[in-house]
Amino acid sequence: MDLSAINPVLFIAGFFVAATPLIFAAIGELVVERTGVLNLGVEGMMIVGAICGFATAVETGSPLLGFAAAAVGGAALSLLFAFLTQVMLANQVASGLALTLFGLGFSALLGQSYVGIKPPRLGDIDFGPLREIPVIGPILLSHDLIVYLGLALVIAVWAVLKYSRIGLVLRAVGENHDAAHALGFKVKRIRTLAIMFGGACAGVGGAYISLIRVPQWTEGMTAGVGWIALALVVFASWKPLRVLLGAYLFGGLVQLQLNLQGVGVAIPVEYLAMSPYVITIIVLVVLSRDNNRAPGSLGRTFHASS
Amino acid sequence: MIALVKRAEPSRFFSLAAPVLAVVATMVFGGILFAFLGKDPLTAIGTIFWEPLFGEFAFFYRPQLLIKGAPLVLIAIGLSLGFKAGIWNIGAEGQYIMGALFGAGVGLAFYPMESVFIFPLMVLAGAFGGWVWAMIPAVLKVKFGTNEILVSLMLVYVAEQFLASMSLGLLKNPEGFGFPGSRNLQQYASAHNGELIAGSGMHWGVVAALIAVIFGYVLLARHRLGFAIRVTGEAPRAAKFSGVNPSRLVLFCLGISGLLAGLAGLFEVSGPAGQVTIEFNVGYGFTAIIVAFLGRLHPVGILLAGGLMALTYIGGDIAESKLGLPAAAIQVFQGMLLFFLLAFDLFTNYRLRLGRAEVA
Repeated sequence: MDLSAINPVLFIAGFFVAATPLIFAAIGELVVERTGVLNLGVEGMMIVGAICGFATAVETGSPLLGFAAAAVGGAALSLLFAFLTQVMLANQVASGLALTLFGLGFSALLGQSYVGIKPPRLGDIDFGPLREIPVIGPILLSHDLIVYLGLALVIAVWAVLKYSRIGLVLRAVGENHDAAHALGFKVKRIRTLAIMFGGACAGVGGAYISLIRVPQWTEGMTAGVGWIALALVVFASWKPLRVLLGAYLFGGLVQLQLNLQGVGVAIPVEYLAMSPYVITIIVLVVLSRDNNRAPGSLGRTFHASS
Repeated sequence: MIALVKRAEPSRFFSLAAPVLAVVATMVFGGILFAFLGKDPLTAIGTIFWEPLFGEFAFFYRPQLLIKGAPLVLIAIGLSLGFKAGIWNIGAEGQYIMGALFGAGVGLAFYPMESVFIFPLMVLAGAFGGWVWAMIPAVLKVKFGTNEILVSLMLVYVAEQFLASMSLGLLKNPEGFGFPGSRNLQQYASAHNGELIAGSGMHWGVVAALIAVIFGYVLLARHRLGFAIRVTGEAPRAAKFSGVNPSRLVLFCLGISGLLAGLAGLFEVSGPAGQVTIEFNVGYGFTAIIVAFLGRLHPVGILLAGGLMALTYIGGDIAESKLGLPAAAIQVFQGMLLFFLLAFDLFTNYRLRLGRAEVA
């Protein structure tokens, strides 16, 4: 084993790539949960986003169009969940699971003819000479557009939730849907829009995996990232900026595990590969003590007459 | 304007009709999907639902129905108890894998000794493996209030990696020419979970599934614990006042579902599957979630739903080989079934009324 084979600058730069899918999926789910809806279908929406993005990017040759298609695909799938939970008043846990099971099958079906193809590459943003700054350049300024978009999205969500009227309404709907309804807010419409936003974000997160992190399509390639994103929302105590912190911690871990595999640590590969999931569980346990900050109406079905 | 009005009592009719409606709707939309894939929808649906039961080779497929259905029913019975009480064990797939690993591990430890005690020991070990794996989310929930959905799911991925490491390492067949995977338990008489009646597909797992159905029925209908489960699901506050201990309920529900999933894994690995391999698990733990809901979380319903789901697996295999229908199409088909079921369930608790809703 030779730990000096790990280049610290490249290692830290890799955090961003590992964290971006999580950031997108988690920030979308955070908004959904702040409106009082628990959508467990993140994994399903991510994998559908991954194949929609991949297929579009391959067919059009444009990775950016791919990401747009992934957002549309994720949002379209989330509409199924919105229909079940908001119109048909179905149980949110069961509906979310249904979405994941369906999404895994549906993506496999769509992806059949895309196995083994390389997608077009999305180049890094050209910061010109700034990139030559030692350490900071390669770590902060050597990434593609989507990485920065993810950062901007988190800050935007934070600002909107905290300072805008839309944010206030969103939070009101999530804390107490009956009171929000009594005030005249359209609870179902607001929740449906939030669910679609969450779906679009999850879709982009999935496409980041299939287009950039792994650059290929394989069935079930999201391998639990969607579930980790759900855990990340709990980790963040439903606060947007803490999503960033969690995602980088986690991205760092994944990166570390891959690097250790690369330099041939004496631990078998399988045990390294299970570490992100084990650590997620440990984090959940450590944080569960102060977990009572969940939105008041989270997971409850809203019906105006009841 | 169409308005929804809550029923005073859930409709018994729709509670039974919803699964039937869901199956019909899935056939219609599944047919449309198959048409999009360029297959004749009627032939495809016919192949999936008719061939395994009454087709030319039905004698071959009917035993398969028991083989595929048994693990689904076994796991779904356990899951349904928790679901009824609002305890969501989503990690049955992991418990299934651990049951298989523990059970097969015990069996292989005795190789090549022959004894009638080996198989019963393996059954105990399999049940224990599933139970232990389910106890992790249960204890964490009771001790720290951790979300059991996320923890049980994370443990599926851990179990999958563990399975890979075992089939490449400790349990690898020393005479397997370096290929991953364990010895074949079908060739080890004391550890083989073979057919009890030749050609019927009936093995110990099928017997266990039937016992589980009866056990589930008696528990829910006759036992205090079953009462506690039902009350907790329907009125958590009332349950507290009537002296239900929520922690004990979590430990019991997760424990029993882990145990049954572990048994399912053991019976599968020692019977139909035969060996521990990296991809030995085929998602029964997840499909069982659909089976539990489709069966209305009722033991008899689950038995029927398990049969139906087994039918789609076998029919799907036939459609794959005869019509070239992609394997993933069946997965979509099963997912759709759950969607429609959840949607039609609306009518169990609500009535449609034309005109505006009255202001309550």
